[in-house]
Amino acid sequence: MNRLKGFYVYAAVVALLPILFPDNYFVTVVGATILLNVILAVGLNLFIGYAGQISLGHAAFFGIGAYSSAVLTTRFELNAWLAMLVGLGLVYVIANLVARPILKLKGHYLAMATLGFGIIVNIILVQESSWSGGPDGLGDIPTLSLFGFDIDTDLRWYGMIAFFSLAAILVSLNIIDSRAGRELRAVHGSEFAAQMMGVDTVRTRTNVFVLSAMFASLAGSLFAHQQAFVSPESFGFGFSIEIVTMVVLGGMASTYGAVFGAIVLTLLPETLVVFEDYEMLIFGGILMGGMIFMPQGLFVFLTQKIRTVLNHRSGPSPKPQDAQKTLECDS
Amino acid sequence: MKKRNKCLAGMAAVALGMLSASSVVLAAGDTIKVGTFLSVTGPASFLGDPELKTLQMYIEDINAKGGIDGKQVELVHYDTGGNAKKAVNFAKRLIKRDKVDVIVGGSTSGSTLASMPEIEKSGVPFISLAGSVKIVDPVSPWTFKTPHTDRMAASKVYLDMQARGITKVALISGDGGFGKSGRAQSLALAPDFGITIVADESYGRKDTDMTAQVTNIRSSDAQAILNFGFGSGPAIVTKNIRQLGIELPLYQSHGVASKKFIDLAGDAAEGVRLPAAALLVADKLDDSDQQKAVLVAYKNAYEAKYGPVSTFGGHAYDGLYIALEAIDRANSTDKTAVRDQIEATKGFVGTSGIFTMSKDDHLGLGLDAFRMLEIRNGDWALVE
Repeated sequence: MNRLKGFYVYAAVVALLPILFPDNYFVTVVGATILLNVILAVGLNLFIGYAGQISLGHAAFFGIGAYSSAVLTTRFELNAWLAMLVGLGLVYVIANLVARPILKLKGHYLAMATLGFGIIVNIILVQESSWSGGPDGLGDIPTLSLFGFDIDTDLRWYGMIAFFSLAAILVSLNIIDSRAGRELRAVHGSEFAAQMMGVDTVRTRTNVFVLSAMFASLAGSLFAHQQAFVSPESFGFGFSIEIVTMVVLGGMASTYGAVFGAIVLTLLPETLVVFEDYEMLIFGGILMGGMIFMPQGLFVFLTQKIRTVLNHRSGPSPKPQDAQKTLECDS
Repeated sequence: MKKRNKCLAGMAAVALGMLSASSVVLAAGDTIKVGTFLSVTGPASFLGDPELKTLQMYIEDINAKGGIDGKQVELVHYDTGGNAKKAVNFAKRLIKRDKVDVIVGGSTSGSTLASMPEIEKSGVPFISLAGSVKIVDPVSPWTFKTPHTDRMAASKVYLDMQARGITKVALISGDGGFGKSGRAQSLALAPDFGITIVADESYGRKDTDMTAQVTNIRSSDAQAILNFGFGSGPAIVTKNIRQLGIELPLYQSHGVASKKFIDLAGDAAEGVRLPAAALLVADKLDDSDQQKAVLVAYKNAYEAKYGPVSTFGGHAYDGLYIALEAIDRANSTDKTAVRDQIEATKGFVGTSGIFTMSKDDHLGLGLDAFRMLEIRNGDWALVE
């Protein structure tokens, strides 16, 4: 139970915010976007942070999920939940197929291959306009409904996305602490050593790649129904980079780090718009400053800072209890 | 270590500053709030930049003259960078946080179409500045637009071709949203004008040479070439066509209606025809032309402040005045009343043409709003 303390705190905050501020734009609208990005970042963190691989094409899976839901519900009038499952299944198959050749590559080559994959998917979305709607996109996507309730207000969408983001975090935390998670970290540390210990590294990497792609697909389906409109530009290279930045900025190999990165990177542009022309300048400056002064990531840096402050207060030698806390934060 | 702490404190101070700055924006008195989201930066900045400047310039002007019904007009604007996802977020922000009375914006068709579901759901009058015919066909209750559609451009070109006795046309289009939509309209409309499309080529928006496509066109039996696209593509197509010694009449779309096209294509642009808003030839219009006074006034005001005028800024002018005149007539900012008054716009003389809207027509322009222009001696000339 202790292991999930951070999760409960996070869940409580996510649940309390809309109760305290039901009409606040930053909670219900930006908040929903943040939670959606949390799903993406937490998923990608499994692949980048824990397995130590790199994917610059994750927006493609986000897009496949979104377009599956969009096309199936508008053109074939399939039930939205069923369409979401079909999207997940499709991504499962595609990710498995792609993983075979791609995951034989390492480092820069893997980055390039995933980048290429992302661009190919984007080109297909733009060019196959007969079913994807082309660059003009696809509209009139019906909203989700649950037990007869249409999810049609910002508050309901917040709740819906919050539920899935909590589920994503819980799954991620559990995987990390399972045998699979230890295998992942072994692959990250040294793939060769992991093989020597009897870890099927190819299978491990493929599984985590597929899982992380399915997280993205789920987020994509939610996104399509929430916006009621999809167009290829939302799933381009730029967004792939954005998700990677969330993971790296927040702190790699830390689920809460990815969550933190998603929060900061979604909230920052929203607050910076008041600077108008200087917006991008300040945004870039903050990112650069963050990576120069906190290379281990924002979340890890902050938790360490808090720990040192606490230690100073309670005496020079850290108590074993505190060390325990740190471990939790790192997971 | 100390230094780092200072740095951190500095960043925290910046963050706090941001939060307080954003809350100041909320405080506003009894004003008319016009919201806008435009692609001021990014690949579509040639649309958003003049649009924003136009809105700012005229709102300043209106406020200096006492505002509308004694109320000052306040502009709330966000830069989408041409990103549809951002456009949706900013549309939500305008509606829910800034609580604007009317939205005039959406530089690209993509950003307009993406934000329409949200705007329609919230019921805020919205005047789009984007081209696609899909925005107003079918009509959505809250969405209007001011620029000519690609369908109108294709019709205008085909009419001119008919007059010249052209029946076989080679089509070449960009693969961006504008080019694709223009291609679809051109293909659909051709039979209505007794025109057969004998070649259908396309190019990528970043291509630097279209000789291959143009060679295909040369080997067809086309009597004229029609190019739908914007950016540098059409200029390259124009150059390639002349380089290959093809003497067929070349038609471009309203997507190239800026001086930049003539600069890029150089001598090859001579004789190219295109449908465009009258703004480009404001000075050359007949004095009896209804639009002349408005066009010359806009052109002079814009050029005195910012430099060469483009038709895109003109769309913002039209949108802003249609919205504000509707609010003026409605004597309130009640959203339904304003929407009904926009729908009742009749004989409004704008830069794109003379607008008469109705319940079934949320654009309100006829084909006569387009003028057929020809490039002669490096300048626009009216085709009579």
